[in-house]
Amino acid sequence: MTDLSIENTGGRLNSIVVDWSDEKQAFHVPWGKVMMWIFLISDTFIFSCFLIGYMNVRKSTTEPWPYPSEVFALELFGNPVPLILIAIMTFILITSSGTMALAVRYSHFRDKQKIALFMVLTALFGATFVGMQAFEWSKLIAEGVRPWTNPFGAAQFGSSFFMITGFHGLHVSVGVIYLATVALKVLKGDYDRKNNYEIVEIAGLYWHFVDLVWVFIFAFFYLW
Amino acid sequence: MAYVPIADQDHALHDPQSFITKYIWSQDHKVIAIQYGTIAILVGLLALVLSGLMRLQLGYPDSFSFIAPSNYYQFITMHGMIMVIYLLTALFLGGFGNYLIPLQIGARDMVFPYLNMLSVWVYLLSVIILMASFFVPGGPTGAGWTLYPPQAISRGTPGADLGIIFMLVSLAVFIIAFTMGGLNYVTTVLQARTKGMTMMRMPLSVWGIFVATILGLFAFPALFVSAVMMTFDKLLGTSFFMPAMVSMGQPLGHSGGSPVLFQHLFWFFGHPEVYIVALPAFGLVSDILSTHARKNIFGYRMMVWAIIAIGGLSFIVWAHHMYVSGMNPYFGFFFAFTTLIIAIPTAIKVYNWVLTLWHGNIRLTVPMLFAIGFIFTFIHGGLTGLFLGNVTVDLPLSDTYFVVAHFHMVMGVSPILVLFAAIYHWFPKITGKMFNVALGKIHFWLTFIGAFAIYLPMHYLGFLGVPRRYYAMGNTEFMPDSAMALNAHITQVAIFVGIVQLIFIVNILWSLFKGKPAGSNPWGATSLEWQTPDTPPKHGNWGPQLPVVYRWAYEYSFPGAKDDFIPQNMPPEDVAMLDGAGKYKGHSE
Repeated sequence: MTDLSIENTGGRLNSIVVDWSDEKQAFHVPWGKVMMWIFLISDTFIFSCFLIGYMNVRKSTTEPWPYPSEVFALELFGNPVPLILIAIMTFILITSSGTMALAVRYSHFRDKQKIALFMVLTALFGATFVGMQAFEWSKLIAEGVRPWTNPFGAAQFGSSFFMITGFHGLHVSVGVIYLATVALKVLKGDYDRKNNYEIVEIAGLYWHFVDLVWVFIFAFFYLW
Repeated sequence: MAYVPIADQDHALHDPQSFITKYIWSQDHKVIAIQYGTIAILVGLLALVLSGLMRLQLGYPDSFSFIAPSNYYQFITMHGMIMVIYLLTALFLGGFGNYLIPLQIGARDMVFPYLNMLSVWVYLLSVIILMASFFVPGGPTGAGWTLYPPQAISRGTPGADLGIIFMLVSLAVFIIAFTMGGLNYVTTVLQARTKGMTMMRMPLSVWGIFVATILGLFAFPALFVSAVMMTFDKLLGTSFFMPAMVSMGQPLGHSGGSPVLFQHLFWFFGHPEVYIVALPAFGLVSDILSTHARKNIFGYRMMVWAIIAIGGLSFIVWAHHMYVSGMNPYFGFFFAFTTLIIAIPTAIKVYNWVLTLWHGNIRLTVPMLFAIGFIFTFIHGGLTGLFLGNVTVDLPLSDTYFVVAHFHMVMGVSPILVLFAAIYHWFPKITGKMFNVALGKIHFWLTFIGAFAIYLPMHYLGFLGVPRRYYAMGNTEFMPDSAMALNAHITQVAIFVGIVQLIFIVNILWSLFKGKPAGSNPWGATSLEWQTPDTPPKHGNWGPQLPVVYRWAYEYSFPGAKDDFIPQNMPPEDVAMLDGAGKYKGHSE
C-alpha cells in the first residue's frame, strides 16, 4: 500500500474493509471480469423471478400439474424411458463446462490452438444442447402442448416450460455465438496484441453460469 | 497475467474527430449524460402536461369535453410511468450518474464506453416505443402506473389491446438500456478510481448513485420478468397472472393464474425503485448542502452506511404496498416492521443534513435553496410514510388522496427539487456558463411554496376519504362542497406551478447561449470535477495526468487554512495556511 492508502489500524475485519475500499480498485482483477460477475448476479435475479413465478402458478392453478416423468419420456426400444432426453442434454451441457474449463486453463499458457479447440468444442456442445431442446419443443408441440393449453393438465405447464426453457435456450445460443467469436479472435491473435487473455475466462464465467442455471431448471421443472 | 489497474494505465486518448462521433454517436460519458438528460427532461415535460390535464378534469369535472374517462386514465398511467421510470431513473442514473461518476472518482471515462453509448440509444428506443403507444388504435394503456392484471389486459381498460403491449415492450427495452448503463456505473466506481481515491473518500453523490445502481440491477429483473409474463398473457393467451374470469358476459380463455404474483413481482421492483430514485438524490443533496454551507458533511461514514443500509432494507419491504391485496395478515406484520426500521437510517441522514447546516457559513445560492427545500419536503413526505407503513393506519387511507399526497411529496417533489438543485449546481461545470440567479430564485420560491399549496390540502382530502384515480367524484354524502372547492384550488395551483417551470427552461436555454462565463470552480467546491483543467471538461477529462487524491471531499473551512476549501487533489504541502497556524495536517483519512 502506498502512503495515500488508508491505514489498517484494527483487526482482521477492518483489514477486509480496508482492502476492499482501498484506492484505485476494489478487486484486483480486470474490469471486464467484475462487470461480468455483476451482470451474472443481475441475471440470477431474472432467472429466480422466472422460477419463483413458475412455482407460484404451479400452486395457484386449479388443474392438476402434469407428471414431468411421463411428459418428458422418450420411446426407446418399445419402452418409454422417463427424462432420458433431458438427462442426455444435461450431461452434454455439464461436459461443455469441462471443456470450457480446459480452454481457460490453456489461456493461461496462451496456447492459441488449444484454447480455440476447446472453445469451439464447448460451442458445439452448446449448439447440440440447443438442437436437442428444439427437438424436445417440436415433440411437445406435436403432442399438442401450447403456451396456452396442453393435453396433460394445467395450462401453466406449457406456459412455464416454453418461457423458462426458451429464455435459457436464448442464453445458450448467445453463449455459442459469444464463444465462437472469442475463439475466432484467439486464432487471429487479437489477444496477443493486447497481451491479455482474460476474455477467455470472462466468457467462461458466462458459460458456467448458463450451465448452473440449467441445473436449477432441471431440478425445479423436470424433477419436481 | 499482465494486468494493470485502470488508474495506472496510460492509454493514448483518441479524440473524436467528426461532429457525429463527438456529439451523436459519442462514447464520451459527458455527452452521453447530456443526451440522457435531454431526453429525460423532454419526456418529463410531456408527463407534466399530462398531470395538468388530469388536474383540470379533477378540479372542474364536466367542463372539458376533450377529456373522456378513458383519456383521464391514460393520462394518469402515462404520467406516473414516465415520471418514475423515464424521467427520474433516467435523469439521476443515466444523466447525473454518467456525468459525475468518472469526474468525481478521477477516471477518464466509464470502463466500457461503447456499451455506455448503446445504453443511451436503447433508452431513446424505449422512449420512442412509449411515445408510439399514444398513436396506436385505442391509445396508450390506462391501467394505472402499476399495471395490475387482470384489468390491465382485459377489455374495458383503455389501451388494453395495443397500448399495454407497447408499454410492456418499452419497459423491457428500458431495462436492457438501464442494465447496459448500470453495469458501467458500478464497475467504474469499483475499478476505475484514481490514485488515492479510496471508497471512503468518494463524494456521497457517487455513493448514492453507486448503491442505487446496484439496487436497479437487482430490482429491474423482477419488472422485466413480469413484463414478459404479462405480454405472454396478452399475446399468447397464457395464464400467469390471469384467473378464470367472465368479462362482459363472455368467459375469458384464462384460468388458474395469480394476479397477486404480479403484485409481488411488481413491488419487488417497485419499492427498490423508490430508493433507486431517492439514494442518488440523497447523495447529490449531501454534496450540495456541504458545499454551500462551507462545512464538511456531518457524519460522513454514517451517511455511507445509512445509504447501504437503506439499499439493503429496501428489498424486504415491498409488500407494504399490498396491505389491501389479501395477503396473509402475518406478512403485513413483517413488512410493517421492516418498513418502520428503514425510517432509522433515513432519519440519520436527515439529522446529518440539518447538522451540516448547523453553524455553517450558509450561502443561499439557488442550488442551496433547492437543497434546503428538499429537506422540508422530504421530512414531510417521510413522516406521512410512517402513517402508511402501519397496516392499521394504512387500511383506511389506502387508495385515497392521502397516498397520492404522501407519494408525491416524498418521491415526486423531493427528488425533483434535488434535480433542480443539482442542475443549477453543476450547470456551470457542464456548460461553462452561469445561469441567471434572479430567475433561479423566482423559480425556487414559486415551486417550493406551490408544492405545499398543492399537496398539503391533498392530505386533508385523503382524511375525508376522497378516493384517488376517480374520473369524477359525483355527488356523495361524505365529500362536502368545501372538498370540491379545495380540489379546484389544487388544480389552479398545479397549473400555475406547471407553467412556472417554463422559467427554468428559459433560464437554462438563455444561460446556455448568453450566460456569463462561470469559471472553473464558481462554488469553491472540493470534489474532483471542479478541478478539471478545462471547463467544460474535455474528452478524457484530465489532460495528460490523472489527478491524485489526498483527502476526502469535504475539507471546507479547515481551521487555519487560508481558503475555506481545500480541493481533494491539492498536495498537503501546497495548502496555504494563515500566519501562525502551523503546517497543514489534515484529516487522517
